[in-house]
Amino acid sequence: MIGNLWSLGLVVVVAALTFLLGYVGSRRANTTPDFLVARRAIPATRNAAAISGEYLSAASFLGVAGLVLKDGIDALWYPIGFTAGYLAMMLFVAAPLRRSGAYTLPDFAEARLGSTNLRRFCTFFVICIGVLYLVPQLQSAGLTLNTITGLPAWLGAVAVTVIVAVNVLGGGMRAITLVQAFQYWGKLFAIAAPTFVLFTVFLAGPGNGAQGVDEGGVLRFHQDVEVTTAEQVRVRVAEPMELTVTGTVNGAPANGHAYWDVGTYTLGKHTELRFAKGSPVPVVEGSPTGNEQWLRPQTGGLGGLFETYSLIFATFLGTMGLPHVLVRFYTNPDGRAARRTALHVMYLLGLFYLFPTVLGVISRQYLPQLLVTGKTDAAVLLLPETMQPNLLGQVLGAVVAAGAFAAFLSTSSGLVVSVAGVVSTDILPGKVRDFRWATVLTGAVAIGLALLLPRGDASLTVAMSFALAASTFCPLLLLGIWWRGLTWVGAMAGMLVGGGLVLTALAVNVVSTLSGWVPPALSSQPALVTVPAAFLTMVMISKLTGRRRPDDVNQILLRLHAPDPLGFMRDRDVQRFGPAEDEKRAEVNRGL
Amino acid sequence: MSRHSGPPGQPDQPQPGERDAWTAVSARKNRRRRVVLADPRGRGRVLRTIIELEEQTSVGEKLIRDLIKQQLKAAFLLGGGTLLLLASLPVLFYLLPGLSAVELLGVRLPWLLLGLLPFPLLYGVGYAYRRLAESHEHDFVNSVDR
Repeated sequence: MIGNLWSLGLVVVVAALTFLLGYVGSRRANTTPDFLVARRAIPATRNAAAISGEYLSAASFLGVAGLVLKDGIDALWYPIGFTAGYLAMMLFVAAPLRRSGAYTLPDFAEARLGSTNLRRFCTFFVICIGVLYLVPQLQSAGLTLNTITGLPAWLGAVAVTVIVAVNVLGGGMRAITLVQAFQYWGKLFAIAAPTFVLFTVFLAGPGNGAQGVDEGGVLRFHQDVEVTTAEQVRVRVAEPMELTVTGTVNGAPANGHAYWDVGTYTLGKHTELRFAKGSPVPVVEGSPTGNEQWLRPQTGGLGGLFETYSLIFATFLGTMGLPHVLVRFYTNPDGRAARRTALHVMYLLGLFYLFPTVLGVISRQYLPQLLVTGKTDAAVLLLPETMQPNLLGQVLGAVVAAGAFAAFLSTSSGLVVSVAGVVSTDILPGKVRDFRWATVLTGAVAIGLALLLPRGDASLTVAMSFALAASTFCPLLLLGIWWRGLTWVGAMAGMLVGGGLVLTALAVNVVSTLSGWVPPALSSQPALVTVPAAFLTMVMISKLTGRRRPDDVNQILLRLHAPDPLGFMRDRDVQRFGPAEDEKRAEVNRGL
Repeated sequence: MSRHSGPPGQPDQPQPGERDAWTAVSARKNRRRRVVLADPRGRGRVLRTIIELEEQTSVGEKLIRDLIKQQLKAAFLLGGGTLLLLASLPVLFYLLPGLSAVELLGVRLPWLLLGLLPFPLLYGVGYAYRRLAESHEHDFVNSVDR
């Protein structure tokens, strides 16, 4: 189809531009500081664009609109939390962490608490969070390529991994900074332009294929629709209806005409459903069935309230513990620039998140069939051609697809760089060659997991890695920066409790998805319990082991908090690998 | 600003690469107090304060403790306030379901409150904190640079 050619063409253009910019950025990248911290000479505005470009992942680009389509107003807490995380980071972490001069989270832990055991422990969690975040990116890449071209899903994941790995191998942090800054503006355009056009079409009024909603607020199909499930799914039927089913329903084989009463039904893999025009839309279990519920906040009762607060907690506190975000902050020249970068990021993110929300709201009118399978992540990709089945729709669809592809590329590069940085400096000797090996290793592990694990909603999986970061690194950073009493034993115990609880919840989730029952609220959003547990353990154990407090704690706190012009900051990678020549630093300022 | 680049070897700024916009402000102050800076006793005083900071004598420790307390207080007030404001919304919606029927400009109030309002609010709070934190640090540098 022509539409597919448009999309494929633009995706290839994005990939080519990524390569080109990566090449331009990597021409002068040859020393270890180049690869790890881009020589710490990135100006705040470009760094902020790069951070936003890296941060706006598949979860933001596709997932937010999908969740709005499915869950309605309660899904708006995701963009709020994703942005508010930077406020927490700016208030408590950004400047002191930059002044610590440490390159990675494990490096910070060792610098602050002086324990190599703790360092290894942190390395483990950095890899956990990085991989947990990387897997949905690769899986969404597969989904995107599959949706726009029909190519098999694994091909998209492999393509993204290869492009990212080649770029990172070529120039490390210096190469991807430029690429990511470019990708932020690319993504903003790719979501803003279709939103403006489609919103205008939407406002132009009925008669353009919008769904009818009856007096009861129940969504109805406006034409005959055929839906095929990809995985097992539980749907809720709000009104008695007739349809044709081929496949398995509630474990029993079904073939032909069926009458569904009010209730929930479990549909097996590859089940075909044919709905007649005007029949009500069944929706996946746990989502509102009627528009009235969809429009109202907090209709989920106390369980829903718990989930909302848990999400606020996870995203507000989790951002500061994300390894790929923190690594970017080390490329700032000093603490003050780090603070300014964080502020700038909030503005860029707030601007971006207006658009997926609008797209999600519109797509509820046009794409109700996604509610049956629950694969709402595809909404943004499908909306343009559904609303405008002509050249305009095809071009807009291609722009969105290219933006989504940019989202996977930039987030995946950031994650690969940060995980590879940790692996190469903590497990391998830390030279450029080790960094390259670590990159290949990280890519291989991530692609393996992406193909093995079941696919969930990108935003939900990403929220889980936020919960993990909030329950491990957030207490370590907050207490480490502001409290003299922290000991390495306490830090380790706290991370063990918080991280262990989140990983348990994650295991419960995976098991429940595989076996088909709905996971409890506590395990799908555990942060409200695990974060306080981690903080409490950390404080209590630190008090009990007060003798192990590092001797130079006052000196370290001075270094973290003394204003930059006093010059107490010492970069740890400079101590380790030697300074980058000043002449090259000037080159970066002029050129890149 | 080359006129105000100050006497060579200014001890309070050992890393020239780290200097930026602040230099303008402190350089202006330096010019006003050039006589004091040129006074060998004055320079010794600056060095002494930095050494006190570095060696964490009681004076130095007190100084940095006060700065940390000040910054933490500002962060807690602003961050806590924002969190409280945002976190009160779900309970409010839960307890007052009637609120979600209110319409403003054709859009339901909760959608405006959650979809639009938080972003300028977060930026505003962040901006206020940046101003506050930088002025605290500025005061601290001035107190050392006596």
